[in-house]
Amino acid sequence: MERREFLKKCILVVAGASVPISALTLIDPKKVLAANPDIQWAFLVDTNKCVGCGFCVKACKTENDVPFDANVSRTWVERYVYTKDDKRYVDSPKAALYGYTEARVDLGRGEFKEIDPKNVGKAFFVPKLCNHCSSPACTQVCPVGATYKTDDGVVLVDRTWCIGCGYCIMACPYGARFFHPVAKVVDKCTFCYHRLSKGLESACVNACPFKARRMGNIHDPEDPITKIIMNERVGVLKDEFGTKPQAFYIGLAQEVR
Amino acid sequence: MKSHVWRPLYVVIAFVVALLVFRFFYVPNDFGSGKRGFMYSFHRKSNEMEWKNQAAKYGTSGRERMHEYCSACHSNVVTVRTEKLHGIIPCEDCHGPAMNHPEKPEKLNIDRSRELCLRCHTSLPYTTSERHRIPGINPKTHNTGAECVKCHNPHNPSMEGMK
Repeated sequence: MERREFLKKCILVVAGASVPISALTLIDPKKVLAANPDIQWAFLVDTNKCVGCGFCVKACKTENDVPFDANVSRTWVERYVYTKDDKRYVDSPKAALYGYTEARVDLGRGEFKEIDPKNVGKAFFVPKLCNHCSSPACTQVCPVGATYKTDDGVVLVDRTWCIGCGYCIMACPYGARFFHPVAKVVDKCTFCYHRLSKGLESACVNACPFKARRMGNIHDPEDPITKIIMNERVGVLKDEFGTKPQAFYIGLAQEVR
Repeated sequence: MKSHVWRPLYVVIAFVVALLVFRFFYVPNDFGSGKRGFMYSFHRKSNEMEWKNQAAKYGTSGRERMHEYCSACHSNVVTVRTEKLHGIIPCEDCHGPAMNHPEKPEKLNIDRSRELCLRCHTSLPYTTSERHRIPGINPKTHNTGAECVKCHNPHNPSMEGMK
């Protein structure tokens, strides 16, 4: 064998041996996706469907052990009332834990505003919760690394590591965080992370009779929620803050922030 | 360098070393950044599992699946009751969380209160809202103090279903 021939064959053998076996098998994208699931949880609120029953708040507080009588909640429902003489009222008494059973609007500090039914122009309910932003302001400001965004897109608080300084409560533009009166740490919506990982829906989605709240994997193009977000007119809250919220709203009004 | 420079410098060096030693023992070694980088996801990795391992209280997700879940044992009542108007309400909203129901809780704590019905059935003058499509009453004048379930059947809420 000539030297030139020998070198050629050597190169061929080395090149052949360096091709991994996996490169020769056909790749099934579904199998790849199942082995390495790329999940990004997103929330979809249809404000047109909400009637303000507050079952979501009740379910959330029960599921996540948030004290019922304390004036804090991981999720809440806001009521917007526009009068015909162009006044706007917003309230959320007890985070709508017991629903809306009165027509008068809670102005806070024990004051109430009776609105003449004939004067009501339009009124609607908007469920709110943590937006689980893509660029969350709250995790940036944590001085001890207690709050963070998981790889599947959920913002969590490490209860053993939180020192309760409250920077994140101040940083959140949506008021989604609060100080847990029993655990003595900052608490917030977790998208019911324990339920999601068991294949269940979050407690508020589960409790809503009208399907005003829904959840899905925004990285899966076949997910019905992703299809709605991609194809229909949805909005996000406080887009100008650049936090890239992952809770999308159908039928969002300008006054809702 | 003269000693008046070195002496305070020793103090500073000792302080830094002490801090690093303290940090070495105090900070858990699974602290690290996730996919989102240091700014958004610097955290203790094991905390994700702590959240995942929490016990769920509410049962199967989705009202269709919940009806299936409940009808596994209570099939005779569930199939009848979910055809009616209130069939869109998940069972657990009124009957209470039922994750491990036959064992724990053994008996569900059913909320039959007037306040529960009033969440949806208080009449509010909001003609533009979906709320307007739900029949509503004025709680201050409509049989005050009486439990709704005394007259109305929550599983068959039409007027023919009145007790």
